[in-house]
Amino acid sequence: MSTTTTRGVASPAPAKVSKDRPRRGLKANSTFNFWLFTGPFLIGLVIFVFVPIGWSLYLSFFEARFTVTPSEFIGLDNYKQILSDTDFRNSLVTFTVFAAFIVPTTWALSLGLALLVNRLRFMRAFFRSVFFLPTAVSYAAAALIWKMSIFNGVRFGMANTFLGWFGIENIAWLGNPDPPWYWLVIVTVRLWLQSGFYMILFLAALQNIPRELYEAAAIDGAKPGWQTFRHITLPQLRATSTAVILLLLIAAYQAFDEFFILLGKATWGMPPLVELYKMALGENQNYGAGSAGALILTALICLVTLFQGKIMGFGRGDESQ
Amino acid sequence: MSASSNSNWDRRTVLRAAMGLAAAGGLAACGSNTGRGSGGSGDGLVQYFHAYGEAGVEQAVKRYAKAYKETSVTTQWITGNNFEQKLFAALLTKNAPDVFEFHPQIQLIKSGQVADLTDIIEPVKSDFNQADIKSHTVDGKIYGVRMIDDPQFFFYRPSLFEKAKVEVPTTLEELIEAAAKLKTGKVKGAYLGNDLTPVQHSLIWSAGADTLTADNKPAFNTDAVADGLKQLRGLFTSGDLLLDAPADWWDPSAFTQGLTAIQWCGMWAMPAMQEALGDDIGVFPFPKVGSAGKESVYNGGWSMFVNAKGKNVEAAKEYVKWLWIDQKEYQEDFATSYGFHIPPRTSLAESASKLKSGLPAEGVKLFNEFGHFDNIGWTQAMIAAFNDVMANSVRKDGDPKAQLAACEKKVSTELQKLFG
Repeated sequence: MSTTTTRGVASPAPAKVSKDRPRRGLKANSTFNFWLFTGPFLIGLVIFVFVPIGWSLYLSFFEARFTVTPSEFIGLDNYKQILSDTDFRNSLVTFTVFAAFIVPTTWALSLGLALLVNRLRFMRAFFRSVFFLPTAVSYAAAALIWKMSIFNGVRFGMANTFLGWFGIENIAWLGNPDPPWYWLVIVTVRLWLQSGFYMILFLAALQNIPRELYEAAAIDGAKPGWQTFRHITLPQLRATSTAVILLLLIAAYQAFDEFFILLGKATWGMPPLVELYKMALGENQNYGAGSAGALILTALICLVTLFQGKIMGFGRGDESQ
Repeated sequence: MSASSNSNWDRRTVLRAAMGLAAAGGLAACGSNTGRGSGGSGDGLVQYFHAYGEAGVEQAVKRYAKAYKETSVTTQWITGNNFEQKLFAALLTKNAPDVFEFHPQIQLIKSGQVADLTDIIEPVKSDFNQADIKSHTVDGKIYGVRMIDDPQFFFYRPSLFEKAKVEVPTTLEELIEAAAKLKTGKVKGAYLGNDLTPVQHSLIWSAGADTLTADNKPAFNTDAVADGLKQLRGLFTSGDLLLDAPADWWDPSAFTQGLTAIQWCGMWAMPAMQEALGDDIGVFPFPKVGSAGKESVYNGGWSMFVNAKGKNVEAAKEYVKWLWIDQKEYQEDFATSYGFHIPPRTSLAESASKLKSGLPAEGVKLFNEFGHFDNIGWTQAMIAAFNDVMANSVRKDGDPKAQLAACEKKVSTELQKLFG
C-alpha cells in the first residue's frame, strides 16, 4: 500500500511538464497514464470490495440482527458462536469432500480435453468452441436444467429414462440423501460448466511447449505417448497446472449457486457460503455472525492458497521455464 | 514472492476491479429501471408480490395498480422459491417495498416493520372471516389485510382409486397403504412435495398436537407427532412416493400429467386440474395420525402489509385500503378468475358463484370443517426449524424424538426473544 501512495503523490508533477511538450510528455509519463487508466477501476475496487470487507469486519464485532448499522459491541462472541456452530463446521467438511471430488476430476478432464483438441488436424476451432461454450452458461441456469430435465426423479427424466432401459427403478437423485446421489448431480454440473474454460488454459500452455523438446526426446529414444507425456508435457505444464488447481480450489470454496438451487430445504451438503447465506440472510438475519463466518472463511482461503503456493511453487513458474 | 510476481498480481487486481465495476454498472442499470418516478412525481409506491403460478395473475395485479389514480404503484414480481428471504433482505434497505404481501408473523410487528392497519379495517371488520382477523391481531391492533385464503389438502383421482379398489384414506396408515396399492409402473402412489415440508403443519394438527399453545409455548413435541414422522419415513423409503418432480407441490403438473394418483396441493390449482382431468378429481383432508388425532387442512393464504419504516406509510395505507378494502370487484377477480382462492370477506365468499358447486364447493367445505389458520406467533424461523425436522427424520434416518427435541429448543429460543 505504501508504494501506491508515493506514486499517487508523484503523479501531478509530470502532468505539468506535459503542457509544454504534450506528445513527449504523454509517452514519458507512464505513471500518470497508469493512474489515468486504473484509477476508476481502483476506486470501484475500494468501494465494492474493500469497503464491504471492512464493514464485515466491523459487523463481526457487533450484535447485528436485522440491521447493518448495529450499536451493541460484543467483542469476539460472534466468532465464538460461529466456530461452535456444528452446521458451519460441517459445511467446512462438506467443502473438503466437494473439493476432493471436483478439483482432481476437473483438472484431469480439462487436461484430457486439451490434449485431444490439440491433436486434432481439422475442425480444431470448432471443437475448441464447443467445449468452451458451457462456460458462458450461468450456474443457476445449468443447475435448473440438471435438476428439472436431466436428474429429475420422474420416469421421463433423462437419467431415469436411461436407467429404465436396463430395468432399473427410478431414482430420486436429489430428494433422497441415501445413497447420496446428489453429489453426482452437483459434480457433473460443475464439471460441465468449468472444464471448457480450463481446457483453454491448458491448450494455450500446450501450444507454448517448444517442439524441440519433443524432437530431442525422440532422438534420445523416448517413446511417443505415455513416456513423452509423463516426462515432457506434464512437467512443462507445471505452472499452468498449479494455477488451474489454485483457481479450482478457490472456485470450490465459493460454491453457492448449484448447491442452493439443487438442495433446497435439505440439511446436508451445505458448503460454507450457503451456510453463511442462511445465517446472514435467512430467517435470523444475523449479519454479525454471518460476517464473522465470512472472515473466517476468507482467512482459510488465504491460508490454503499460501500453503499451496509454497508446496507447488506458484510464481516460480517464470524462472523454471 | 518476488517483485515481478507482485506487479503481476497488481495487474490482476486491476482486472478484477474492472470486472467488479462492470458488474456494478450492470446492477446500477437494473436498479434504475424499476419504473420508479416514471410518473414524474418520483415518490410512487412499490409493492412486492411472490410469483403466483396461474396465468394472468401478474397482469391482473398490475392492472389494479394502474387503475389507482392517487399515485403510481410499481409491482415487483418476485420469482423463485425463497420469497421470504428476498423480502426480509429488501426490507432492510432503502429500496424496501412500501407495500408487500406475506403471512401474519409476529416478529414483523415486534420489530416495528409493519404498520398498524386497524383504522382502515375496523369499519369492515365484521365482514371479514373472524379467524383471519384473529390471526392478524396483536394486543387489539390489526396489522394486515387478508387478501385470499388458500386451503391446502390432498387431491386424488377417483378413477384410479376405483381401479385399485382403494377407499379414500382417513388415517395415515390407510394413506400409506393406498399409496402402495395405487402405485403402478408409470404412476406413483402419492406426492407430498419434493421435500415433504408442505405437509409439516398438517402432520402436527392431524396428530392432535399444535404448533404453539395458546400462551405461546411449543406444543408439537408429542409422541403422536414422532410416530407420524416415523410413518412418513416409511412412506418415503417405500418407493411409492413421487420425488424430485420437475414442478413442485404448489403446481398441479405432477397430478395432471398422471405422475401420481394423490397430490398435496392447494385450492388455487383447481381450475388447471379441472381443465386437464375434467371430473376425475376428488379432495380429502390430511388423514388422522394416531388414535387421538383428527383430520386437518391448512388454511394458508396471503395478506397485504404496509412497511412502517417506508417513506410513504400514509400513501401506502391509502392504497391498501383502496384496493383490498374498497375495490370488491378487483378482490373477487383476484380470488376467482385465475386460481381459486376463498375471499376472506364474507360478503364476497357468499356471492362468489364459482365456489358454490362441484369441486370448489368441496374445497370450501374442507376449509370450514377441518381448517387450521396461521398462528401469528409461529414465525419463519420456527417454520425453518421444523423444515429441518422433516429433512432429518423423514428424508434422512434421524430419530424423530431427538429431532423434535432439537426443534423445540430452537423454537423456545425464538419465543424467548419474541415474548420474553
